[in-house]
Amino acid sequence: MERARTRGGALVGVLLASSLGLVACGKDQAPASAAGPFPSTYAPLPSKPTLIRGATILTGTGARLATAAILLRDGKVVALGAEVAAPSDAQVIEAAGRFVTPGIIDVHSHLGVYPSPNLGAHEDGNEATDPNTAEVWAEHSVWPQDPGFAHALAGGITSMQVLPGSANLFGGRGVTLKNVPSRTMQGMKFPGAKHGLKMACGENPKRVYGGDDRAPSTRMGNVAGYRAAWIKARAYADKRAKAEAGNGEMPDRDLELETLAGVLAGEIIVHNHCYRADEMAVMIDVAKEFGYRIGTFHHAVESYKVADLLAKEDVCSAMWADWWGFKLEAYDGVRENIALVDAAGACAIVHSDSATGIQRLNQEAAKAMASGRRMGLVLAPEHAIRWLTANAAKSLGVLDRTGTLEVGKDADLVLWSRDPFSVYAHADLVFVDGALVWDRVDLKRQPVSDFMLGILGGREVRP
Amino acid sequence: MSSLCRCLVLLAAAALALPASAATHAIVHATAHTIAKGVVEDATVVIRDGRIVALGKGLAAPAGATVIDAQGRPVTPGFFDALGALGVLEIELEESTVDRSNGDPRYSAAYAVADAFNPASPKLAITRIEGVTRALVAPLAMGGDDGPVPVIAGRAATIHLGGGAHALLDRDAALVVHLGGSGKALAGGARGAALLQLREAFGDARDFAAHRGAFEDGRRRAYARGRLDLEALQPALRGAQPVIAFVDRASDIRGALELAREFGLKLVVAGGAEAWMVAPELARAQVPVIVDTVQNLPASFEALGATLTNAARLQQAGVAVAFATEDVANPRNLKQLAGNAVANGMDYQAALAGLTRVPARIYGMDGYGTLEVGQDADLVLWSGDPLEVTSYADAVFIKGEAVPMESRQTQLRDRYRDLGKAPWPPAYRR
Repeated sequence: MERARTRGGALVGVLLASSLGLVACGKDQAPASAAGPFPSTYAPLPSKPTLIRGATILTGTGARLATAAILLRDGKVVALGAEVAAPSDAQVIEAAGRFVTPGIIDVHSHLGVYPSPNLGAHEDGNEATDPNTAEVWAEHSVWPQDPGFAHALAGGITSMQVLPGSANLFGGRGVTLKNVPSRTMQGMKFPGAKHGLKMACGENPKRVYGGDDRAPSTRMGNVAGYRAAWIKARAYADKRAKAEAGNGEMPDRDLELETLAGVLAGEIIVHNHCYRADEMAVMIDVAKEFGYRIGTFHHAVESYKVADLLAKEDVCSAMWADWWGFKLEAYDGVRENIALVDAAGACAIVHSDSATGIQRLNQEAAKAMASGRRMGLVLAPEHAIRWLTANAAKSLGVLDRTGTLEVGKDADLVLWSRDPFSVYAHADLVFVDGALVWDRVDLKRQPVSDFMLGILGGREVRP
Repeated sequence: MSSLCRCLVLLAAAALALPASAATHAIVHATAHTIAKGVVEDATVVIRDGRIVALGKGLAAPAGATVIDAQGRPVTPGFFDALGALGVLEIELEESTVDRSNGDPRYSAAYAVADAFNPASPKLAITRIEGVTRALVAPLAMGGDDGPVPVIAGRAATIHLGGGAHALLDRDAALVVHLGGSGKALAGGARGAALLQLREAFGDARDFAAHRGAFEDGRRRAYARGRLDLEALQPALRGAQPVIAFVDRASDIRGALELAREFGLKLVVAGGAEAWMVAPELARAQVPVIVDTVQNLPASFEALGATLTNAARLQQAGVAVAFATEDVANPRNLKQLAGNAVANGMDYQAALAGLTRVPARIYGMDGYGTLEVGQDADLVLWSGDPLEVTSYADAVFIKGEAVPMESRQTQLRDRYRDLGKAPWPPAYRR
């Protein structure tokens, strides 16, 4: 949540100094699988075999299938193509004129950690008490009753990464969730997905700490902070490895160093909030110095200036379609950023960082696609859909499970009322692991948060 | 200024204006959304001397005109940001670039944000090439953490986005006040106190107007606000200037309606998250609402009723709806807000009017907001449906002048579009 939040209402009010600027923006020595602590208890919701036919299918692999069908069974995609026979036990959905895409994935959300309503008691996204809080886990702040989850579902979001904010150099671990209602965070946790580590460049950490005469107060202070932490993490990891080889004593457990060591071991994916091109180049060298990889630069407003470098280093950029100018490091934002990164052969992702934006990522991608076309780039919807699906899944390390529609993959998908690259498109049906979890016209298939019950009276119950 | 000086200034102005005035442009084969009189297919729109001089189906372009063949593409009036900060805010987080708020509690209504307006702001070009040609520049009140401050933020101005010395159109276009949650925060912690402040200020201003002489002689009771504020409140009291109130909760909107009745104010609701709940009352009182249509979350306890259908329900109840975005850097996304309103039930032509004629009428801006002969030639040729997220402006005219389709963002884009292909650094490309 990068933009200033306001106290009061839709169109402003009084700027809330404490949250101005920072509102938005890790994991475990044990492998991030079910074996670790706080394991996923997610189980797919009940589903029936479903055939959607007559639709245009954008598969997320780059293909566009006209008048095609897709069959879902037991949570998986089991058939896909021009002709798929309807099994006798399948419900058939006629979808002529409508579009099917993989479920939309947002790699940068603060749902649950900065839930609605935006009250002080709900500000659980930034442990802004030390520049290095690699020890905190966003999942321990997630409030599963955030009404925003259901709103995101109405926008076709089937998975998301919930990240800590960007106040700190090391903000803590992020968690990937399936967007299904659950009483517990564990019930939403994407089984087997690695944790992320949120890191932050630039203005935010130096603003948060520099003001208190603490380090960092400059960008060079930021970089010294990362390096000092990685030196400690390397030493910790080495000590542990030696102990495991029967060579010396096992060091005491240290939550902060466990997270950083997890990155060095490749078990945790780095998600680095970074706006400026020059800072991205520095961060890439920090990663090389200590032997870890940066998975994705987030916000990445200037990625277009170093798109060749990002392609070469195989680092994704998670970007907005057109947010710019709310802070100095966002001043050089251009609407063609996503298209230019894509055109350079680098991994481009549309992200939201916003509880309203997450509801319309398809529109954000449409704007980015149109901006690219306006400058003469050739961009088809079947390609641009990858910015919201396959590339996002790659960024989160779950591309083997979701992000494309292929036989054998999780049946996470959206049936859109029309071409999703349109302001008028609605997600008619949303499936997660084959279960129909959102139906635009059937109130019984629209989850409602506990928080919204009895709020409006009468029949006005909404997510 | 000596008369000679004044003369030279006039000459200079005339010289600058000449090329634009002389040029005649004709857009032919357009789909003209006139806002006033429906849609005209195969329309020709002729503009000269800053105004629309002809509009009709299949008209021939006048001799000597620069002709643009729209090939069926839509033409609309330029869009209107009904409540924003263009020219008074560059970078939200850099205080030195922000001039919306008057930090001196001695002044409230007297504060005119127009005095800070910078027509050379790079944001104007960034915004106008996306089809926004007019805007309200509004003040915001700030503070309240160290005791009560005025809930009257000051006066808003209307501008056109062509830049230059004449971009400021009306420095007294509206009075801006805070009620509901933001009013509560400013007034010291109570919604009622915000209303109390306004009742006192308007009551004093009325008394002041009736007893100026006695006031000047020091024979009138003490007023809560100073002389400049009391003067500045007069147009609103006469009903000659709209009063924009930031207010979201249904009950607070009712409170604002009562206040408006009491003092004869021309109320405009801004935000209005729960306005749909009081739509019939707003319609009866002919109070327009300025909405950000995508704010549908229960973001606070005064917006628990927020919904994507707010604009549609208001429009269907007969309330005039205009659009503004909470994202002050991006008024270019107004069309997306209107598109989302349509996607959620608002009438398409009403949504277009909300981007043009509705705000023009709210702010008393004659001569703009429709495509009709005699109107200012603020118009946009769109690549496709103007409310669609994949459409963009192909050509923009402001007061008859074709806008160069360039901004610092297009220059940045062009500088970096061919990375690695030139031996010299990008800094040498311009």
